[in-house]
Parts: sequence; structure tokens; C-alpha cells
Amino acid sequence: MHKSILYFWPFVKLGLTDVWRHKTRSFLTMLGMVFGVGSVISMLAVGEGASMQALESIKRLGSENIMVMSVKPTSEDGGSSSSERGKLAVYGLLYADEQRIKETVPGVALTVPARMTRRMARVGERQYEMRVVETEPNWFSVVNRPILAGRVISENDLRMRSNVCVLTEHGVRRLLAAEGIVGQRIRIASGIFEVIGIVKNEDGGTVRSPDSEADVYIPLTTGTKMFGEANIRYSAGGMEGEKVELSQIIVRMKSVNVVEAGSKAIESVISRFHKKKDFKIDVPLTLLREAERTKRTYNVVLGAIAGISLLVGGIGIMNIMLASVTERTKEIGIRRAIGARRSLIVLQFLINTCVLSIGGGLIGLLLGVLIPVLITVFTDMPTVVQPYSLTLAFGISVGIGIVFGLYPAMSAAKLDPIEALRHE
Amino acid sequence: MPIESGSARPSENEVVRLDNVKRHYVVGDEVVRALDGVSFCIRKGSYWAIMGPSGSGKSTMLNILGCLDRPSSGAYWLNGENVAEMDDDQLSDHRLKNLGFVFQSFHLISQLTVCENIEVPMMYLGVPPQERRERAEMLAERVGMSHRLRHLPMELSGGQRQRVAVARALANDPAVLLADEPTGNLDSATSVQIMQLFQELYEQGKTIILVTHEPDIARFAKSNIVLKDGKLLSCQE
Repeated sequence: MHKSILYFWPFVKLGLTDVWRHKTRSFLTMLGMVFGVGSVISMLAVGEGASMQALESIKRLGSENIMVMSVKPTSEDGGSSSSERGKLAVYGLLYADEQRIKETVPGVALTVPARMTRRMARVGERQYEMRVVETEPNWFSVVNRPILAGRVISENDLRMRSNVCVLTEHGVRRLLAAEGIVGQRIRIASGIFEVIGIVKNEDGGTVRSPDSEADVYIPLTTGTKMFGEANIRYSAGGMEGEKVELSQIIVRMKSVNVVEAGSKAIESVISRFHKKKDFKIDVPLTLLREAERTKRTYNVVLGAIAGISLLVGGIGIMNIMLASVTERTKEIGIRRAIGARRSLIVLQFLINTCVLSIGGGLIGLLLGVLIPVLITVFTDMPTVVQPYSLTLAFGISVGIGIVFGLYPAMSAAKLDPIEALRHE
Repeated sequence: MPIESGSARPSENEVVRLDNVKRHYVVGDEVVRALDGVSFCIRKGSYWAIMGPSGSGKSTMLNILGCLDRPSSGAYWLNGENVAEMDDDQLSDHRLKNLGFVFQSFHLISQLTVCENIEVPMMYLGVPPQERRERAEMLAERVGMSHRLRHLPMELSGGQRQRVAVARALANDPAVLLADEPTGNLDSATSVQIMQLFQELYEQGKTIILVTHEPDIARFAKSNIVLKDGKLLSCQE
């Protein structure tokens, strides 16, 4: 081992001096590798950053959660349609459904019912249509919303049907109020509510989430007492009404492993009691899986595009090395005549190519670490440089050095020494 | 020394032995007999000149003696081994260990300094750097070039370059020093100096084969072979 290193070292030194001797040419040749490796790493970093963001927002929905939502059935299913204008459309999830899920589906940790309607909210002169989420205290433990001020709805509020509400950050802003709004009263439709707290909105918002809007939360019982379950809207040509007991049930499972089985069980439990398909089930875990698949595809495509530039870099190196073999034909002849085996000529040229590609690869590595940082600083796009991408890009650059170096090196070694010596 | 064709392995003190060596090329439909059955042997420590007009098979003889080419038939024993049966790697090894080349146009590697040029054969043999350096300096001293160790070949005169080439040829202490028109590119004064260098080497016990077409140069050798039309015309000791 020690001896072989001693044996190879002169050839490495030879390669280094050859590269140094043609500084400009070597530098230009290396540029191909520099940009190739740099772009592979930055492309992967951008892809990784984008998908990381998507994955995080899905994770915030909670991968243990299953979302069951009411949907208005389409007319083919025999539900309400424009022909039945004026009638009250009755559809959607029922309190009984929640009960059934809780009792029959194995692995359920807790369920949170919610009804969502749009109603006018007013503070002084300012009014704004907000989404009113009538729900239970557990909502805040299932959907991750940090409290900014005050408190959230309690069991007591639910029992007492108190007229209290919690606003989201966005909601507060829409009402042109500040944190001081906690403790004040606001009007929602026909009721007066005391604001007891403010919660943070979800940031980003690339993925559908239960409350990304300007929301106001009130206890479910209060909502039933005050607004009833029917929501009637008057519009041109008559009135349109619908009666929905629950717009959404969030089911939290005990562990991630039972989520998929749970969603199937929920599906069958609910469909047994619903003739029409008036609900749908969203599983963030499935979204997560999909997103991960997308991420993989994304990375492969981006990496491959950048990989093409690596390939171009490699071809550039091969081109220069072929020119160099022609240029150094006589030297090859001399070395062969003196007694260099073919394999040593191959080694010499291969090391020469590898010095170029590895040198380019190393500079490219620096570039690849630097560019994502610049991208993040100037465009706010998140980037993540994964260690594997560094190894991958560097490994490919070494591989390209060997693959693209082999042909010129072999053609150098194949030269007949007698012919090569005659070459001028 | 002329030998009878078909005789057995060379004796102890024969460095080179050619036994009915033929080298034929096929050019189009014609067969060119560059060497057509040449036999001779060269004893250790002798000084031979191989002569002949152009087209006599001199270059082919040089290539075969130098292990750059193999005979089409016949045997060529170099330092006790039959070169005719060797593959490319073995031929390379033979060139490295048993032969020292001196060419008409010097053939130094232009990017390397004098010292590095002398080191090249030792590098291929795997001699450690320190030892290589010392030996290269010693050889440069021997050919009178120790004052030019850090120079590039293009900074030297023809005679100086040929001295470096001789030093390089001696690097691995070869059995045979093979010189191809070593004075062909030199003026007569320098030629004499180079031939004196060969004379010294001969006196130190080196086996030298000189390939030339100039009788003046061939006169420095102690024995000579004359080739004509691929055949041995004369062989004098």
C-alpha cells in the first residue's frame, strides 16, 4: 500500500504540472465542471427547499389527522340543484356521525366537530364578512394554532354556551383592530360576542388548511343556540338555504400507522348512513406521501437537467484531452521507447483528466454551497443543501473524469511508439 | 560475431543474439523483406557499429534490437531472454531495464528539465524520489552536464542535449546502449566530443551498438556489421 502510493505519486505530480503548465486552457476546461457541479448542487438545494416547505405545511395539518368534510351533493346524486331553488337543502355530516366514528372506528384518539358559515362581523363602524367556525375546545389542540393573546375556548364556554369568540391574526387585521381588541365586544350577525383571545394564522398557506382565512371561532353550542343549523341566504330570484349539522369533523388517530385503516373505516361507517355522497375525506398523510413522491420526481428532473451541464463539462474535458494527446504524440512516443508500459501512459492521461475534473468539481462544490445561500438571501426562496447532493455531484465529477478521460488515454496508449517518435 | 543459424541458447557473455531474424512487411500485394534472415551475436562489453546504405534494413534492425518491433520469424535473445515471444508489456519492461536509447534528434521531453528527463526511466522503474534525484545528478556529472540540471532542453545546444540523452539512456544501467545516428544532427566538433563520451563508456565496460551510415563515425566502434538488402553483408570483429 505504502509502496504503491509512492509509485503513483510521481504520476499525480506529473498530472498536476501538466495542468499548471497550461493554466488558461486548464481553467477554461475546468469551468465546465465547475458550473456543472455547482448547478447540480444548487438545483437540488432549490428543489429540496421547495418541497421541504410543502411538506412542513402538510405536517402542520397533522399527519395523524383525518379530515371529514361535508360537500354539497351534485344534482345527479339527487341532491339540491338550481331546479330546486327555494327549498332547503339538507345534507352533510351529522352529530350522529361523529358519535359513530368515535364509537366504532378503532384507534381514534379524539374527534372535533365544526360548523363553518360566513357571517358579517362588526366592530364599531367596520364590518367584514368572516368565516365563523363553530367548534369545540379540542380544535385548538388538533389544529396547531399558537395563542398570541388571551385564551382559547374552554369546556366551560361550551357548557355555558357563552357568547365568546377567538379571532385569528388575519381576522383581527381585517377588522382593523389591534391586540387591544381582547376583552372588547364585537357583533357577529345578530349576536354580541366577547373577544377572549387571538391565535396565529398558518404561515405559507400553499396547502388547503382548515383555517387559513380570517376566522372567528365560537363555541359550537353557542352557534347552535344563536344561529341554528340552517343557513339561509337571500339572493336574486329567491332564497337559497341549506341545513348542515356539521361542516367538518377532524378525527385524530392514536398513531400514524392506523391513519390509513382509520380513513377506510370512517368512509364505510359514514356511507352506511348517507344515501347521497355528501361528504369527503382528506388524509394529510396521503397528501404527505404524494408530496414526497412529487418531491422525488422534482429532484430527479432538476438533477437531470443540471446533470446535462455536467455531461457537457465532461465532453469539454474529453475534447481538450484528445487535442492534448495529438499535441503530445511525440512525448508519448519517447516515454514508450524509454520503457513505459501502455498502462502507465493510460494512467498519466487519466490522472491528468482527473486533476481537471476533480479540481473543477471542488470549485463547483464551493459554488454549489454558495449559490443556494445567495438565492435564499435575494429571493427568499428556501434552499436546503443536503450532504448527499455534495457527495453525488462530486462523485459524478470524478466519474466523468474517469469515463471521459479513458478514451483519450487509451488512444494515447494505443499509439505505435515507432510512429509516435516520427511525429513532429 | 557471425553465428550458425539454428544454434541453441546464447552463452553467458552474449548480450545480444539474433538467430535467422526476418522481418517482412506487407505493402499492398507486395511483401517487403526488410530483414531477410540475419544472424549474429554481440558479447558483453563490446562496441559495434551497424552500417549500411538507406534501404538496407538498418532502421528495422534498430527497431528490433530496441524492442520496439518484433521479428516476423527467428529468435532475438536480449540478456538471455527471447524477445520474439514477448507481449507488449514485456517488451516495454525490456526497454526499461535492458536498453538505453540515444536518438539522432535527442528526443528529450521538452517540458521537463534536464534532471527530470534523466529521472524519467527511473520513475517508471519505481525508484524512490531521493535515490532518483541523486542518481540523476551523478549521471549528469558523468556526461559533464551537472551545471545545467535545472535547464529545459530548448535552452541547451545540440551537443549538450545529446549528453543529457546519453545520461538518460544510462539511468537504469542497461545491458546495451543503443545509439541511432547519435551525431546526425551535430557539427563535426561536437560529434567528436559525443563519440569520445561513447568511447569512455566503452572503456568503463558498457556494451554499445551504434547504428550509422557514416563511416567516419563507425570507425569509433571496435567491430562492425554491414547490412545490405536485409542481409548481413559483412561482420568484422
